[in-house]
Amino acid sequence: MTPEDIEHLAATLKTRSGLILGSDKTYLIESRLAPVARREGFANVAALLTALRTKRDEKLMVAVTDAMTTNETFFFRDKVPFDQFKSDILPALAKTRISGDIKVWCAACSTGQEPYSLVMLMDEMQMLFPRIKLDILATDISDRCLEKAQAGLYTQFEVQRGLPITMMVKHFEKVDEMWRISPKIRSSVRYKKMNLLDDLRMVGKQDVIYCRNVLIYFDLETKKRVLEQMANLLADDGCLFLGAAETVLGITDVFKPMPGMRGLYIKNAASAQAPIRKTA
Amino acid sequence: MKTCLVVDDSRVIRKVARRILENLSFEVTEANDGLEALKACKDKMPSAVLLDWNMPVMDGISFLRQLRKEEGGKAPVVIFCTTENDLAHITEALTEGASEYIMKPFDGEILEAKFSEVGLL
Repeated sequence: MTPEDIEHLAATLKTRSGLILGSDKTYLIESRLAPVARREGFANVAALLTALRTKRDEKLMVAVTDAMTTNETFFFRDKVPFDQFKSDILPALAKTRISGDIKVWCAACSTGQEPYSLVMLMDEMQMLFPRIKLDILATDISDRCLEKAQAGLYTQFEVQRGLPITMMVKHFEKVDEMWRISPKIRSSVRYKKMNLLDDLRMVGKQDVIYCRNVLIYFDLETKKRVLEQMANLLADDGCLFLGAAETVLGITDVFKPMPGMRGLYIKNAASAQAPIRKTA
Repeated sequence: MKTCLVVDDSRVIRKVARRILENLSFEVTEANDGLEALKACKDKMPSAVLLDWNMPVMDGISFLRQLRKEEGGKAPVVIFCTTENDLAHITEALTEGASEYIMKPFDGEILEAKFSEVGLL
């Protein structure tokens, strides 16, 4: 791999997905792109990178971007953001949403575990909130991830990470060596391909946004732009979930942290009235 | 200190589970089959039992049924850990009073997630 090839790859990734390929992350190139090189018929990763630089092959660029983005996820990841939804956010929004609809956007949903966790959680809570319906939009930049999410088909390893066995029994069926989520859960999520670098207005108004472990891959300016667009989409009394290791501090002041609730942010605007309060 | 009885007829599996559980601060004891496990429980009830299904002498589900009839036998949290991975087996285990179910092969991450799920961590 020549320095020019690596530099070109880094530039491509940044423009197309916002992903910053730091010099500490170049080790990822070989492991992530070797399967792509093989699939596309290149002798090795170096040959793939040269082709990427010299030919402007759209299909190849999509495949490379796809492979370089991190899609790590699992059911009920980090647990806390789901507990908070259950104990504080859902009860608060249920009081104020007359129509019964609560709009949730999973930005960068990867292979679907996050939106499906929310649907299963709501299924558990439905008795207490019979009127409430979650309207979940799940988006990702990766076609491969969206396909998998929509198929709702997971390996034995994936269904054992974070998913309580009672929920697995209730909502999954075994298909050969894989586990498939029920059509009822699957059809409760709308999937759409979306790049967070694009104009996000088409997403529409949202009550809750989950955008976890995505912004860490962006540079400061991109983080700021994405967060500010999200603030515009979010209802004044809505909230934003970031990953446990992420923050808005030092990036933008459109959001502020919710005291005592790690990873949870509310709008900072004078008009923003958060009904969500820490209950205990 | 929380105690966990690892019941499996494979010495290798017991060793792997022991290492993971000791790292999670459990005091670990072992049994080779259901009958041995039952004796160990009568002697001293553990906080948790990690339980294989298919074993000689007494299998996991028979052990679980017996355990629940013993004095104090409702207390231990039972987590199956077996290659039986169809819904019929899982449902039977839950009906008989297992709290969680691990489908082999497993790793430290899955074991930790499941023990945390049942509130042992």
